[in-house]
Amino acid sequence: MWDLIIDIASWVLIIGGAGFTLIGTFGLLRFGDFWSRMHAVSVCESGGAFLLLAGMALQAGFVLVTLKLVVIGVFLFITGPSATHAIANAALVRGSPDLKNAVDKKIVNKKTANKKDKPA
Amino acid sequence: MSTLYMNIVLFAMMIATAIAIVRMNKLFAVVMLSGVFSLLAAMLFIVLDAVDVAFTEAAVGAGISTVLMLGTIALIRDNENKTVRAGILPLIVVGITGLGMVYGTLDLPAFGAADAPAQMYLKPDYMARTVSEIDIPNVVTAILASYRGYDTMGEVVVVFTAGIAVLLLLSALQQRPAPATTPIKKPATQANWQNHLILRVVTKMLVGLIILYAFYVQFHGDFSPGGGFQAGIIIAVAFILYGLVFGQNAVYQTLSPWVVHKILALGVLIYIGTGLATMALGGAFLDYGVFAPHHPSHGQHWGILAVELGVGITVAGVMISIYYVFSARTGPLRDTDW
Repeated sequence: MWDLIIDIASWVLIIGGAGFTLIGTFGLLRFGDFWSRMHAVSVCESGGAFLLLAGMALQAGFVLVTLKLVVIGVFLFITGPSATHAIANAALVRGSPDLKNAVDKKIVNKKTANKKDKPA
Repeated sequence: MSTLYMNIVLFAMMIATAIAIVRMNKLFAVVMLSGVFSLLAAMLFIVLDAVDVAFTEAAVGAGISTVLMLGTIALIRDNENKTVRAGILPLIVVGITGLGMVYGTLDLPAFGAADAPAQMYLKPDYMARTVSEIDIPNVVTAILASYRGYDTMGEVVVVFTAGIAVLLLLSALQQRPAPATTPIKKPATQANWQNHLILRVVTKMLVGLIILYAFYVQFHGDFSPGGGFQAGIIIAVAFILYGLVFGQNAVYQTLSPWVVHKILALGVLIYIGTGLATMALGGAFLDYGVFAPHHPSHGQHWGILAVELGVGITVAGVMISIYYVFSARTGPLRDTDW
């Protein structure tokens, strides 16, 4: 009985994670500008990876593999958003063609003003 | 059956990636796609149960070569040259060669077949002998470091030689006067730091963990996938990450180029020195059993530990020094380069 509950929970998590990742990929392909695409991938990948790893950890039970999955999860949770930040920051500083479409004009103006101050 | 589906999906994705690489004009995208290609190849190796190879492919193909390729792109333009002529003749030649290769595969054993000649020649012998002679769970490490110790020594020497060659080529280029576009080398100012504060914090958190993981891969290679080659790459990645985020001067203070150049040779010396030590103790070259005469499998453990260490040190040294010469050529990144 207990095994069945664990099994169902883990499959719900795994299918949910796969769904999140799939939605993120659709977002990457379908959204209009760079920033929305970035947003879709970043959020869905982090959430999807967490759900997938949790599902796999439930499948594995209390063994060394579970600890490794937890470590992988922590690693992805730190590196994923940092990578997104690095890409978005690079696009912002370099002046992506989508800048004029960005919602938060204030940040963009501040950043571009900063860039003008500094001699390159 | 599920293996078949996974193979089909992975091969389809690999072919799609290869076609995209051919059609792409932006070199940056090509580099990223070749990283994807390596990652797909690594997954294919996992499906084939070749976990050690998959690990190497992921670390070398998808990881460090992508970084080094990006380093190369930083030195050159990031657009492909326009093809001057696209005749029908090259297409015919390529088509005929391709058909010939496909015809050749008809005689090969089936994909992943367990009774292929490559699997039947020495492998059953090694598999049977590892348990009694070397007594470690990871047969790949036993074969790599002990049974085929000469081959691995050759590989390390090749890596060492290639590293030296790259260093010679790039440092010879450095003698030329720098072009006007080369950014002026200046230490990052406080204002410049603020924009990648997040990256700096994350890097500080990760570098230690990455090196710790590299040591795990290095010294746990007898029991789980991994070994000197992978560990060397991972250590190099830690230093490259540090150098990318904190700048050249910071990473030089941590590990000066002088030390890296000595480390480069140290690994090969450890490997060959292990062989000479076995000879001095009265055995054959790289016959580790003599390290513990009453318990040859313990001697094997010592020998494998030593040569894997040599492999790891040389690989790490080569990768770090190649990164150093690349970064010395491009100069530190300015804030506007991000």
